[in-house]
Amino acid sequence: MSFPWAQHYEPKNPVMKWVDERLPLPRLIFSAVGAGYPVPRNLNWFWNFGVLAGLALASQIITGIVLAMHYAANGAIAFDSVEHIMRDVNYGWLLRYAHANGASMFLAVVYIHIGRGLFYGSYKAPREMVWLLGVVIFLLMMATAFMGYVLPWGQMSFWGAQVITGFFSAIPIVGDPIRIWLLGGYAPDDAALNRFFSLHYLLPFVIAGVIVLHIWALHIHGSNNPTGVEVKDEQDTVPFHPYYTAKDGFGVGIFLLIFATFVFFQPNLLGHPDNYIPANPLSTPAHIVPEWYFLPFYAILKSFTFDFLWIPAKLWGVLAMFGSILLLFFLPWLDTSPVRSAKYRPTYRVFLGILLIDVLVLGYVGGAEPIARNVILGQIATAYYFAHFLVILPIVSATERPRPLPNSITEAVLKGETGSAGDTAFPERALPAE
Amino acid sequence: MATVDHAMQDGHAAADPLEAEGYRRRDFLSIGAVAFAGVGAAGVLVPLVAQMAPSADVLAQSSTEVDLSAIQPGQAIKASFRKQPLFVRNLTPDEIAQADKVSVGSLRDPETLEQRTREGKKNWLITLGVCTHLGCVPLGAGEGENRGPFGGYFCPCHGSAYDTAGRIRQGPAPKNLQVPEYKFTSPTTVVVG
Amino acid sequence: MVRAISFVIGFGFIIAVVAALFASLSSLGGETKETAQEALYKHPKELELASNGLFGKFNMQQVQRGFQVYQQVCSNCHSLTHVAFRDLRKIGYSEAEVKKIASDWQLKAQTLDTKTGDRGERPNTPADKFPTVYYPGQGNPPDLSLITKARHDGPAYVHSLLTGYRDMTAAEMKRFPEAKTPDGAYFNPYFPNLNIAMPPPLSEGAITYADGTKSTVEQNAKDVAAFLVWAAEPELAERHWIGMIVMGFLLVATVLAYGAYRNIWRDMKH
Repeated sequence: MSFPWAQHYEPKNPVMKWVDERLPLPRLIFSAVGAGYPVPRNLNWFWNFGVLAGLALASQIITGIVLAMHYAANGAIAFDSVEHIMRDVNYGWLLRYAHANGASMFLAVVYIHIGRGLFYGSYKAPREMVWLLGVVIFLLMMATAFMGYVLPWGQMSFWGAQVITGFFSAIPIVGDPIRIWLLGGYAPDDAALNRFFSLHYLLPFVIAGVIVLHIWALHIHGSNNPTGVEVKDEQDTVPFHPYYTAKDGFGVGIFLLIFATFVFFQPNLLGHPDNYIPANPLSTPAHIVPEWYFLPFYAILKSFTFDFLWIPAKLWGVLAMFGSILLLFFLPWLDTSPVRSAKYRPTYRVFLGILLIDVLVLGYVGGAEPIARNVILGQIATAYYFAHFLVILPIVSATERPRPLPNSITEAVLKGETGSAGDTAFPERALPAE
Repeated sequence: MATVDHAMQDGHAAADPLEAEGYRRRDFLSIGAVAFAGVGAAGVLVPLVAQMAPSADVLAQSSTEVDLSAIQPGQAIKASFRKQPLFVRNLTPDEIAQADKVSVGSLRDPETLEQRTREGKKNWLITLGVCTHLGCVPLGAGEGENRGPFGGYFCPCHGSAYDTAGRIRQGPAPKNLQVPEYKFTSPTTVVVG
Repeated sequence: MVRAISFVIGFGFIIAVVAALFASLSSLGGETKETAQEALYKHPKELELASNGLFGKFNMQQVQRGFQVYQQVCSNCHSLTHVAFRDLRKIGYSEAEVKKIASDWQLKAQTLDTKTGDRGERPNTPADKFPTVYYPGQGNPPDLSLITKARHDGPAYVHSLLTGYRDMTAAEMKRFPEAKTPDGAYFNPYFPNLNIAMPPPLSEGAITYADGTKSTVEQNAKDVAAFLVWAAEPELAERHWIGMIVMGFLLVATVLAYGAYRNIWRDMKH
């Protein structure tokens, strides 16, 4: 870590010393998440979500590996094997519900984590790499989640696979051959199910690897903070341990409380009843909908209903859907404002607020009945989404008048301006007048 | 920047908890929180370990019923018990006599035929069909199979030979063929396991 | 450079979607006629069961009655293939009772002679799952093992469906001639397609309850709904009480964690 005042690892425990002299893992941990990693002192609760995402990944991997001991990835028995897990495997119902709801928790946490990045400008120089790796992680997560949902081989599993692999056939000339190659057949069947299982098991470990790079890249320059002003000296920071380990501990508690509420009391609330019907290639469900975390993208896909400029509507939809995620890669270069945090960018803040509402509207439209009113709503929301990132953001960042920045994190903290709860939660720490 | 230093000083004091005021309360809460987390982690382990134990459907298959009515004296059948071969043999009086003649003290795994069968049902020899050496299925239960030099069962893998009571007489196997728990629920039906 | 490209791509997508928007707007005002489904379909009535709610558990008496309804009526057409006979122990039947239910079950377990290839049958044992029912008549009676999870508002849906059969009124038939019940189907407003292939399965006094409860259609429907909730979610009661313990533990742990956090940050202005 590059802050010169970072504490050095000085092991007092003889075992730790012995290990560290031969494999510097203890000092690595010390300087990454221990007392040897200085972190801005003014981080607010939005900074908890990175750790929560890591926790959700760990939970998914553990429950996933254990479920894989009982699951059978063959079309004839996959659905039955999941019921076997639910009914006969000891605590199988708990593991299955934890894994299914864990996926929702993971994505919810990641969306908030991304939102933090958008608001506080965490994607800006010198942290562009952290952001790029993050978008890669997000794409891998979406692929993993999609393949995982196919595995129970319910109606939504099958038809969701049918729809999503159908995207590829929108690509001219090579589209359908690619689709058939992906599926290993002409429709989702055993070949597809088996390879989805294999890849679903693999990708989380790839995600873990990219997360290592993501955190490594982060630690080169250290965390961003709510003011967006870089760390200047020692007073701006606190050691990660015990300050943020304690704060994260509390965050984990809240996360687990919410997670447990779903798992134990409403395990099927976020799911779709049709997935408790075994897959039937001859019978399409009334409404094919993906899981909630894909709904905004699904809405974007469905919004392109008009063949335009020699490109068929279906292809527009596919390009827009992938484009809506891929444009995130370019965010550090689309947003040219020298000011990082939206706390000091009042104009930009307004548009971010509209974007949030826009994404929620898209989510609603993604799951709603395809009646005219909803289609129109979705089309307007889609137009705004692309306008926001590709037109509005570059213009606003070049022309807005930001508020004056504090000179340092410390100054912001003392003035009670950090946006963290500290200033209002600890009134007894108010300072005597200068 | 005197006021800034003063304000931040408290931060430094907090870094050395042992000397700050109220360290006991400080430590208690942190220790308590970590202890609770530890208990929680142990609790999480319970389902993760338990899920590997046999599931309810496997446990339901843990006993097998065998119908003895079709097995003639001198005949044996191969059934399945907990997914392993089960030899059910109806011993002839000759075979019983042969087994009783053997001096128990000379056996590698001393047992009488009486000890290996049920009271009044000495002709029914029910054993696992798994050689106690390294687990092959011995020959001798099926029609025409090699019954080995002792007229019981013979394991082709490494030459273990069992007698008419299923006891090890020759070869590397250390123990007699295992007799599972079973009971007669009627003169012609046995429930194993 | 990046901005220039982003404007082009951005405007590309925006114009494409605005074109689609105009197309949608211009086709507005065309579809105003209400469909039969929209007018006549009814959402299930609320159903109170012991298994409802955060602290729900099973009224095993009712679940047993529900099993009797399944046994005497539903099992003629509907499978329950994810439930094993041995699972009936959990709703209060003894080992002997379960063995009898299994061996007496009319539909036998399938066997295959691996030497001759002959298919045969044998009586069920408690280890067997309920055998698959093949129904040759009209319609596809779904397997009921998961029906209350496979339908929105599952338990209420089952109860409303079973008690909801009626005839279309003359007025309805005039308004929606396309919804006229075809031959071999029956009108039921709780069924999403309005006409269901299943004839009304329940009738007054048709079920014999072992505990002597009076058998009415309403009672049968409630009881079988309770049974089917158990069939779909046998772990429900355990899930709720483990949940209570876990939530209690987590609440204490989180409060302690909050205390530790406040403690550690006490002297650190932030």
